[in-house]
Amino acid sequence: MSTRLANGGRLLNKSRALSFKFNGRNMMGYEGDTLASALLANGQVMMGRSFKYHRPRGVVASGGEEPNALLGLGEGGRFEPNQRATTTELFDGLVSASQNHWPSLEFDVGAINSKLSRFMPAGFYYKTFIHPRAAWKHLFEPIIRKAAGLGAAPKDRDADRYEYTYHHVDVLIIGGGIAGLAAAKSAAAGGVKVMLVEQNAHWGGRAPVDGAVIDDMPAQDWIDATVDELSALDNVTLRTRMMGAGVYDHGYVTCYERIADHTPGDGRPRHRLWRIRAGHTVTATGAIERPLSFAGNDIPGVMLAAAVRDYAVNWGVSVGDRTVVVTNNDDAYRTAIAMKKAGLDVPAIVDARPSVTSALAQEARDLGIRIAEGSGVAKVLGGKCVVGVEITSQAGEGAARETIACDAVAMSGGWSPVVHLWSHCGGKLIWDETHSHFRPDPDRAPLGDKGQAFVTTAGIASGAMSTVDVLTDAYAAGKTAAKAVGGKATRKGAPKAAAEDEQDMAAVWLMPQGAGYDLRSKTWLDFQNDVKVSDVQLAAREGYESVEHTKRYTTLGMATDQGKLSNINGLAVLADALDKEIPQVGTTTFRPPYTPISLGAITGEARGELFMPIRQTPMHDWHVDQGAYMEPVGAWRRAYTYPLKGESHEEAVNREVKNTRENLGLLDASTLGKIIVKGPDAGKFLNMMYTNMMSTLKPGKCRYGLMCNENGFLIDDGVVARIDEDTFLCHTTTGGADTIHAHMEDWLQCEWYDWKVYTANVTEQYAQIAVVGPNARKLLEKLGGMDVSKDALAFMEWKDGTLGGITARAYRISFSGELSYEIAVPANQGRAFWDMCLEAGEEFGLMPYGTEGLHVLRAEKGFIMIGDESDGTVIPQDLGLHWAISKKKEDFLGKRAQLRGHMTDPDRWSLVGLETLDSSVIPDGAYAVEAGTNALGQRSMIGRVTSSYYSANLDRGIAMGLIKHGVDKMGDVVEFPTIDGTGSVIKARIVDPVFYDKEGAKGNV
Amino acid sequence: MLILECPYCGVAADETELSPGGEAHLVRQGPGSSDQELESYLFGRKNPKGVHFERWRHSYGCGKWFHAARCTMTLEVFATYSAQTPVPPKNVINAIKAKRPDWEGWT
Repeated sequence: MSTRLANGGRLLNKSRALSFKFNGRNMMGYEGDTLASALLANGQVMMGRSFKYHRPRGVVASGGEEPNALLGLGEGGRFEPNQRATTTELFDGLVSASQNHWPSLEFDVGAINSKLSRFMPAGFYYKTFIHPRAAWKHLFEPIIRKAAGLGAAPKDRDADRYEYTYHHVDVLIIGGGIAGLAAAKSAAAGGVKVMLVEQNAHWGGRAPVDGAVIDDMPAQDWIDATVDELSALDNVTLRTRMMGAGVYDHGYVTCYERIADHTPGDGRPRHRLWRIRAGHTVTATGAIERPLSFAGNDIPGVMLAAAVRDYAVNWGVSVGDRTVVVTNNDDAYRTAIAMKKAGLDVPAIVDARPSVTSALAQEARDLGIRIAEGSGVAKVLGGKCVVGVEITSQAGEGAARETIACDAVAMSGGWSPVVHLWSHCGGKLIWDETHSHFRPDPDRAPLGDKGQAFVTTAGIASGAMSTVDVLTDAYAAGKTAAKAVGGKATRKGAPKAAAEDEQDMAAVWLMPQGAGYDLRSKTWLDFQNDVKVSDVQLAAREGYESVEHTKRYTTLGMATDQGKLSNINGLAVLADALDKEIPQVGTTTFRPPYTPISLGAITGEARGELFMPIRQTPMHDWHVDQGAYMEPVGAWRRAYTYPLKGESHEEAVNREVKNTRENLGLLDASTLGKIIVKGPDAGKFLNMMYTNMMSTLKPGKCRYGLMCNENGFLIDDGVVARIDEDTFLCHTTTGGADTIHAHMEDWLQCEWYDWKVYTANVTEQYAQIAVVGPNARKLLEKLGGMDVSKDALAFMEWKDGTLGGITARAYRISFSGELSYEIAVPANQGRAFWDMCLEAGEEFGLMPYGTEGLHVLRAEKGFIMIGDESDGTVIPQDLGLHWAISKKKEDFLGKRAQLRGHMTDPDRWSLVGLETLDSSVIPDGAYAVEAGTNALGQRSMIGRVTSSYYSANLDRGIAMGLIKHGVDKMGDVVEFPTIDGTGSVIKARIVDPVFYDKEGAKGNV
Repeated sequence: MLILECPYCGVAADETELSPGGEAHLVRQGPGSSDQELESYLFGRKNPKGVHFERWRHSYGCGKWFHAARCTMTLEVFATYSAQTPVPPKNVINAIKAKRPDWEGWT
């Protein structure tokens, strides 16, 4: 059983005890503990159950590569699933719970899956999708859904805040171990701006644990001195608890800073996502130890050898009293030696190599540790904890030579450089035969905007395996990086480490080499996703040759592992099964982030009110104060309707549209796009932009225009006013203002760049108020200052002047068919003018109306709305707008495309009005059908509803729609099936789309 | 995230400041063009693995459209230049040839 040792724990502050909870039990730890070390100190080795078979699983690693110890942390608004116990710093009051079990961690019903594992081989899910179908739906799925899955999703709103920050730096060094520190020294000496980040709270990585000696100092002293030295430099920034998450194009790097994970609720943001532009990036990301593949390697108590050492040295925790070390390399001997020195028992070092003669082996022998050479583990004995190991000959098939009782197994399969960040943006790898790992190929680095390498690896991340080589390589990497960004080269030499005499490792991909099926089917490659050696072999037999396919079929290295622990061992097994070399099989793709980052960090401040900027008209506050129901229109918020007390939205809209037709309505139309087009060629340019002829428009006049794209489809509409010979003001739809302005600029800058035209988007410079209804003129006359009589300001004319003392431009245009003026005033006068209208209009029965009223009024008149009648596949001809398409112009955008055969096809659906026989309102978007079926056996479709409203003025439902041969079928009745499940059909008669005041008498006053 | 230097304002702009505009140097086909010419103008695009000419707009900067010559595989940027040129300028062609001797040239 794991426990806290009396001595050791270099990271602990034993004067500060902390209490925390695990599955409801109170436990104690110390400041400096991780949650994993504190759990081990409390005897808790088992920390969860596996994904598929619900096997008991203990902590395996001591860092971000941990696959098993994923816990639910916190409660309520601070609950977060799948948090690694190994990278969670302990704090007082921490609450944690294990995952993926039911009903409890110790007793789990789903563990029956493990007994059934023979029936759940690789690709089980895919296979059951095929047959028997019924079994999937009724048998497998319900059971699997209940049993499978990692942690539960949080239910409450996140109580924390998060933020982004942006940073530019010459050299970014990721990883604050001795390699990162050495690289920072040489890069900083080059006089460039350096940033060094470390994912843990401590500098120096694992060198102090491994007992390195640097510049004749113990590693920790050298680290402290170097950090002090770097801190004193103005050109160096140091940050801990900050992980390099992803490396992207042209030197863009994201880093994930965990500011307040260990101090929740202290007011600081919990996480910060750094978006860094680095001139050159150095990845000093270290290496990850590989597990060994032997039967029972997933039983709680079997851990990576370096992790066992970390827990003892860093946190004063022993994983067990009797630890058997299993290895194929020298490094694991350090664990055996550390255990022995901590006063614990190491019954044997089981080494797959036939003969071991290195200095480390000699040291172990001198301590009295037995070394079983040429040996392997046949299987680990135990269920929820290790009780012993069977030792066998590595070259054999697994016959037990002896059984050794133990309560922990420390395994080491060698070390793999962390190549993730190097690979994210295209860095390539080479296979290193000596160390049996992939390492970065410096000749095929990620390339930047000038074709230059923009990432350099440093230390063990480069594949430098000894401390001497690590420091030499890292110091050179720092120099390279500084030089790449124009720094000067330092002449100082690299820090010197004491030499370490190590014997080469042996590649061991299966232990023992000839393990039979029984052993292989209990030999885990991926602990988190429950992938065994036998699964990968099965996939190979079933024809999966690509490593990417095998990954998806077996789920090897998926989820949070992302090729950290399982990668190389899985590749090796696959290569062997395919009878290929490992480099031929290759690796799966490494994708960011390196370890999962929180959704909160990705969201940053963009939530609630800050989710997106809201555009507000000058009268916005009045609408809100009035209790208007606001709706989003693009980034704007517009008043949909202004309900009075006790009124429903429908009732309010009905009142507003009736009042506008009978008395006087007021609409905030400020959001309409307003683009000034100016210059000697402005008319010629607008002739290309619009389907109509704009160049012939006289100053003082307005013209309604349509815009199409080069594909012929209608994209926008609006009223164009000619201000003077050189100047036009183009109104666009609310949503179209920015895109139409950009569209104009595109053509002006890239196609007709020799035409003398400027454009300016002045949408927000004006407040625009529509004064609509029979009393509109009376109101403006009362305000005074401008002659707005029929003769002085005729329909489709505009005029500058003042109204009520405010500078105003009055357009006599109408989107309702009523007598109507749109008054543009400077934006900062908008609210004053609005208030003035409200006060003066009282005696004329003025009421404001919102966007829904606007829609009903325009639909009553058969006016189209971009986005309702048009949807990107509609041409103006479909909408009966031939009158607005010039036949005289040689060219305009979309003209050529509208000549194509299918654009002139008489079978195209055309716009008509629709009147239901029973006066009801047809659902918007309803489809019209006729007898017969199409090629797919579906009902023949002949059209659809594009707009549909209840018209209070006509007291009936009115609609517009696109119907095949519609204009030729006036008076016909078409059927619209409902989708409410009753099978009922709505019948509507095809009519003229102008429902109200067909002769236009109301506006002609 | 790419960095492209805007040839108008000289800013080394992050991709977030820019809007992509697809292939550069398309020749507009208006009235009088054949159906094939129109189809190629509207829908035919090169999509090469290697040297490519693109339109970009410095939307959140000076607002100008410009062209970029770029390698779609390595993301190396050979040059950015004025959008007001129907074919890539000589110096841009030379810059690409210097970096990619095997490039088949502008077509």
